[in-house]
Amino acid sequence: MSVFDDVQNYKSEGSHLVPYPSGAVIPQRDLGKTPVLEALHLGVDFGGLTAVDDFSLVVGRTEIAGLIGPNGAGKTTVFNLLTNIYQPTRGNIMLDGYSTAGKTTAQLSHMGIARTFQNIRLFSNMSVLDNVKVGLHNNTPESLLAAVTHTFGYRKWERQAESRAMDLLDFFGMADLAGEAAGSLPYGAQRRLEIVRALATNPKLILLDEPAAGMNPSETAELMVNIRRIRDTFQIAVMLIEHDMKLVMSICEGICVLDHGKVIAKGSPDEIKANPRVIEAYLGKKKEDGDHAEG
Amino acid sequence: MIQLVETLISGLTLGSIYALIALGYTMVYGIAKMLNFAHGDIIMIGAYAVIVSVATLRLPAVVAILISVAVCTLLGVTIEFLAYRPLRQSPPLTVLITAIGVSYLLQNVALLIFGSEQKSTPRMFQIPDLKLGAVTISGVALLTLGVTAVIMIALTLFINKTRMGKAMRAVSEDKEAAELMGISVNKTITVTFAIGSALAAVASIFFGATYVYIKPTTGSMPGIKAFTAAVFGGIGSVPGAMLGGILLGVLEQLSKTYISTLWSDAIVFGVLVLVLVVKPSGLLGKTVREKV
Repeated sequence: MSVFDDVQNYKSEGSHLVPYPSGAVIPQRDLGKTPVLEALHLGVDFGGLTAVDDFSLVVGRTEIAGLIGPNGAGKTTVFNLLTNIYQPTRGNIMLDGYSTAGKTTAQLSHMGIARTFQNIRLFSNMSVLDNVKVGLHNNTPESLLAAVTHTFGYRKWERQAESRAMDLLDFFGMADLAGEAAGSLPYGAQRRLEIVRALATNPKLILLDEPAAGMNPSETAELMVNIRRIRDTFQIAVMLIEHDMKLVMSICEGICVLDHGKVIAKGSPDEIKANPRVIEAYLGKKKEDGDHAEG
Repeated sequence: MIQLVETLISGLTLGSIYALIALGYTMVYGIAKMLNFAHGDIIMIGAYAVIVSVATLRLPAVVAILISVAVCTLLGVTIEFLAYRPLRQSPPLTVLITAIGVSYLLQNVALLIFGSEQKSTPRMFQIPDLKLGAVTISGVALLTLGVTAVIMIALTLFINKTRMGKAMRAVSEDKEAAELMGISVNKTITVTFAIGSALAAVASIFFGATYVYIKPTTGSMPGIKAFTAAVFGGIGSVPGAMLGGILLGVLEQLSKTYISTLWSDAIVFGVLVLVLVVKPSGLLGKTVREKV
């Protein structure tokens, strides 16, 4: 009957969502701590077109959150708003309790947000190791003079960065690829490297834009394990856009459904699966063709 | 034979100057994705800075060089900040027209301050010529070649080994992704303009030492040729700018010596056209993959 039928067997983590002020829900274990993300009534217009309207969402500190919706619903636009690649026309974003208004994307990265892209955007001419080291830029400032003169402190930083980068690569089983050019890696490895690079910036919240796109079922299964490992190991929040409903329903705790730029449902996987508005958004109203459900 | 060796050496010297200027074009293009047509005029300002420091203020040569480098670096960074930064989101054509405007502005400011008659560069380096058998190499040529070689090695190390260098490569590949890594794109572009303009100042010192006479439009021709060299080598590629500059200089001197002084520019640009027909991305340029 619905696109969610084949995922009914997948059990979600069973984390208990609790109400949070402003009508949101977050996992119970994150209650009492500042949410990593609070978006309030976000909206953006392009010319006369409203791409996203009245988007509100709260993500707990260690939550795995999902953002789903049919094609063109505005999911990636929300990610672009959260990273200030687009400036919101309306509304506020609080990252770890601090407003992101007026910040540049680079400053937001320092504040603790990182993301991957729907179409992989690695620095493909640079080595795998250098890609991760660019991500590590965040952690320590370097004076230009030190860089030029190769002082002791600079070399020490390079050594530390290198070992940290190798640790991160090792965590994802990619240490042996460190010297390769990023652009020459197989597709799945490029997707993984993009996540490693994002993690290198030491984020509090990592946004994954369709991390399973183009992956086969076994790669997707591995990805799900990795997303949980990221959350458990680094104790950070993960928010993902994904069309693979098995993945979303089995690892996300809170799910937000967008359609035509508006939030049409929020809740646990079970609530989302049962929500008639969600099913309608994906399949269209009865008697209509259900083709645009793939997505 | 002696003539050939001497021609090749003067070609290398001229080529080194082109290469230093071409590096500025190619780095700015690679990182800010714009053609800074005012770059040639920075050379002219650098040359005037030397003339004022040495002839008017009677400062020693070393101080004059430092002043020239400082003036050019500051000028490049200021131009970027005032003229190009506000246009970061504008179409490339707007930025290009602005760059041409800045170029004319610099030329006319120089015209106002220094007048239209040419001024001669003071002799700054007293280096004896080197005689190898029958071949004579001028001291200035040796200095130019030596300094350029050191600068190129230092720049290559800087780009490949330092964090700022990595940041520059990251920004040149993908601005948005670099920003998301916490790299300030604006800061990186400022550093790029600073380095490019400092290299232009060095070029202006050697240019002045070789060609002596400076007037407000002096920067245009070496500017255009260095830009050509950057395109020849593959715009956006640092080794490409070095190779393109040196080849262009050697080619120019060879055609001046063996064919015709009058025709040398036509020949040089003719070769450029041929290379670009065969390899549109330039000698070391990468074919750009269209993102789908």
